[in-house]
Amino acid sequence: MDITGVLQKLASESGFAAFFLTEGGWKNLVMIILAFVLLYLGIVKKFEPLLLCGIAFGCLLSNLSYFIGMGHNAVYHPELWAAFLDETSPAYHSYGAIMKEAGLLDFFYIGVKAGIYPSLIFMGVGAMTDFGPLLANPKSLLLGAAAQLGVFVAFFGAVLLGFTGPQAASIGIIGGADGPTAIFLTTKLAPELLGPIAIAAYSYMALIPMIQPPIMKAMTTDKMRKVKMVQSREVSKTEKIIFPILVATFVILLLPSTAPLIGCLMLGNLFRECGVTDRLSDTAQNALMNIVTIFLATSVGATMVAQNFLNLDTIKIVVLGLIAFGISTVGGLIGGLIMYRTSGGKINPLIGSAGVSAVPMAARVSQDVGRRYNKNNYLLMHAMGPNVAGVIGSAIAAGFLLSVFG
Amino acid sequence: MEDLVNISIPTAAGTALLGYAVVFLGLVMLMCVLLIMGLISKQRKAKAEAANAIPVPDRAAPVLELDNTLPKASGTAGELKLYDTEPKDAAMIMAIVADSLGKPLNELRFISIREVK
Repeated sequence: MDITGVLQKLASESGFAAFFLTEGGWKNLVMIILAFVLLYLGIVKKFEPLLLCGIAFGCLLSNLSYFIGMGHNAVYHPELWAAFLDETSPAYHSYGAIMKEAGLLDFFYIGVKAGIYPSLIFMGVGAMTDFGPLLANPKSLLLGAAAQLGVFVAFFGAVLLGFTGPQAASIGIIGGADGPTAIFLTTKLAPELLGPIAIAAYSYMALIPMIQPPIMKAMTTDKMRKVKMVQSREVSKTEKIIFPILVATFVILLLPSTAPLIGCLMLGNLFRECGVTDRLSDTAQNALMNIVTIFLATSVGATMVAQNFLNLDTIKIVVLGLIAFGISTVGGLIGGLIMYRTSGGKINPLIGSAGVSAVPMAARVSQDVGRRYNKNNYLLMHAMGPNVAGVIGSAIAAGFLLSVFG
Repeated sequence: MEDLVNISIPTAAGTALLGYAVVFLGLVMLMCVLLIMGLISKQRKAKAEAANAIPVPDRAAPVLELDNTLPKASGTAGELKLYDTEPKDAAMIMAIVADSLGKPLNELRFISIREVK
């Protein structure tokens, strides 16, 4: 056995050598540092840790093992997925071709590509969400609609910056402040942008307590922020059971492309409310949700290979994502201000910002800002109405964009 | 049909406006449906409450004097409140208590039975 030869082979195949010997190997080093930063943000700063830790580790794994021109890697193969999307390739839309060569995260990624994980996450979200506040005050649906403004402004901005229609639609949906919806739409329309879009969506969702309060303060007066809202009516169990069936029927008939997201969201909610499927509700909101989160986060992180991620487009997406979040907050607040005027000052406009989805973070921000100006003000349950309406609103926005560009 | 991949700026503006309108339309329609559902639920609740309401005695009507000397109907023991207890279990408990005390069941008054957890 030629020990020197074996050692030479091991050295030349190692990632350490690849940093310096392969084309753009240094970019992997940058991405590895970025993964460390994301891990720091997730673990120490607690920015959406359940997702960010997985995304960061997936990013770390793919950048440790994938180098252009290097031989076999056992984790993730972006070239296979490029062939999967190339109409001229024999591997076009062939999961068989993917599975023949796949690494561990390629297998995980099939669930993202097929739209399975975002839909299952929505099922868990549905099982965890109490739509009672929305049923008690259906007008809060208007705030959920108003807060989708950022989606369409960012879409238009992305077109102005030179992105294609499907790419612009995927960037715009960051403004819906709904991670699974953003991943679902991006996978269908612009999978090449999945990494930066997922990072932007989840990072800004974590930063909502910092992004929203200055906008809320700028758009409302002291008097408005102090408005104490009256308690909503009690919602019957029957209404809560009928709600998911009704919403699924109505929204899917209106926009059939929303079926995977709305269907799973409402199925999860039905499990929660119907009273005879407690075991399924428990599984959907705990075990299933956790398992899918692991698969989703690591496989989305794996798409952040240096060659795809480190470019000008990523910076544009990060900036557009921030604009989308900000404008969605403005849209929700405008809706809140209109309701404040039309109700004769009975509705606190601060609940409008919760229409951006991001359940329950955005509702908590409304509560915190409200209490800063009136210690006895409890806006949380009032803000939960627009907050859950935002989930439905962003799914409808995604369904519309999918119908147009899909 | 226009190329939606290399979308023009006017088309993008139109798509954005249309999209926002569709979201509003969808949610406004859903709001109407939920308002109707809420209204039906409120009416049903009001009806149920009216049916269960204890009739308020008419002040003008003569008050019936209860004659406590009259024998109670067999089995009558007033109203019993059950907390986390099945009627079947309550019946068994009352029977056991009556047997232990050596008194007929209709001479005992049970106010409530609560499961101790």
